[in-house]
Amino acid sequence: MKFLCVDCDFVMGYVERRLPGDGTMAVVYACPGCGRETALLTNPMETRLVSGLGIEVGGRSVPPEPLELVRSSLEGADEEEAPMRPGQVRWSGDAKERLLSVPSFVRGMVKRIYGEYAAERGIAEITPAVMDRARTDLGLEGM
Amino acid sequence: MTEPSTPRRIRTYHEVADPGAESIVEQVVDQGRRLRERLDRVKRVVAVASGKGGVGKSAITANLAAALAARGGAVGALDADLNGPSLARMLGASGRLTRGDGGVEPARGAGGVAVVSMDLLLPEDAPLRWRGPEEHGFVWQSVLETGALRELLSDVAWGELDVLLLDLPPGTDKLARLFDLIGTPDVLLLVTTPSEAARHVVAKSARFVAEAGAERVGLVTNMATWSCPHCGIEEPLFSADAGRRLARESGLEVWAEVPFDPRFAADTDEGLPLVLSDPERPAARALSALAGRLAGT
Repeated sequence: MKFLCVDCDFVMGYVERRLPGDGTMAVVYACPGCGRETALLTNPMETRLVSGLGIEVGGRSVPPEPLELVRSSLEGADEEEAPMRPGQVRWSGDAKERLLSVPSFVRGMVKRIYGEYAAERGIAEITPAVMDRARTDLGLEGM
Repeated sequence: MTEPSTPRRIRTYHEVADPGAESIVEQVVDQGRRLRERLDRVKRVVAVASGKGGVGKSAITANLAAALAARGGAVGALDADLNGPSLARMLGASGRLTRGDGGVEPARGAGGVAVVSMDLLLPEDAPLRWRGPEEHGFVWQSVLETGALRELLSDVAWGELDVLLLDLPPGTDKLARLFDLIGTPDVLLLVTTPSEAARHVVAKSARFVAEAGAERVGLVTNMATWSCPHCGIEEPLFSADAGRRLARESGLEVWAEVPFDPRFAADTDEGLPLVLSDPERPAARALSALAGRLAGT
């Protein structure tokens, strides 16, 4: 999927991805010529279809974890049972509780985004404060 | 009167270079690379399939895995039946999968077989339920299940294997999905019973694999005969001889005919493959002979 600014004949570049928490997704693209922005909006089924491919729109910042798709998508699969590895990000109890307010079918994706945010910044533990910061920095309203 | 305007030209998808779209392609290519790297360490991938359910694919897979391991091979067994997993139980593997340095560590079953199954990821009796919107599940669930199968192949630390057995769910479409994912497996076993109903369905799988160009394909007729436990006389269990008829019509060779044996199901259900628990029984001997053929391919 590509977005072309028809007026400028420039391919529009990825700007940001937003997950409002209701299963939908917004991906913003901008024209490098005229600056016009456009948003790709997906419904929950389309969002799930994309995440089911095991890919990240906008590219990956950290490599995928083993069985990432299965663990994040399977109801009842215990994500926390696997032992921690060096460099892996931990979730505080409060943060885990807050994560539960995110609809289950996008929870894995949201968790991954927070995880990547923390890993990129060398944050060892994700707390509600880290989630707030990430929400501001990444535009994750509603989560 | 106005002149007809020339429609402005809009470049096509392939004429536009887009690093953003390429990143998605790169991710898909990377998924394929990781899968290939994992399978490069496997000498032979053997898929056990059937268009028909209930013909004994999993029990045959479990016994073949145990028989191959008993011959000294490094053997892995993947339960690709995500919705009806039974292979871990049949191989006596339990517990939960853990994460190691090289990926997820498989469980160990009878004879040291490395086993991965959805049963080892879910609590006891928990059905397979994917997180997602309730509506239009049919659209995204097949995509998710293919992605899950890819991960179960590529994210598990299988190590160096002589044979990796794949126990596929029933349905010819599952074969097509596997071929898309890993290409044609080194060996494909199509399991049937001598019933006409099974022949009718498995014939569709046979036709599919022929059209897909699969070369090493063997038919396995389960419950081919019945041996009297008292006098030892062997008789057909079904009135039809559909297994051999399927072979004649499809041009495939029957690689094994496994006689019906109540111990086969009972022991395998207990996590004790018959080839280990009572290797002299006719069904165990048939399966061990098939394992010998696979080891020699």
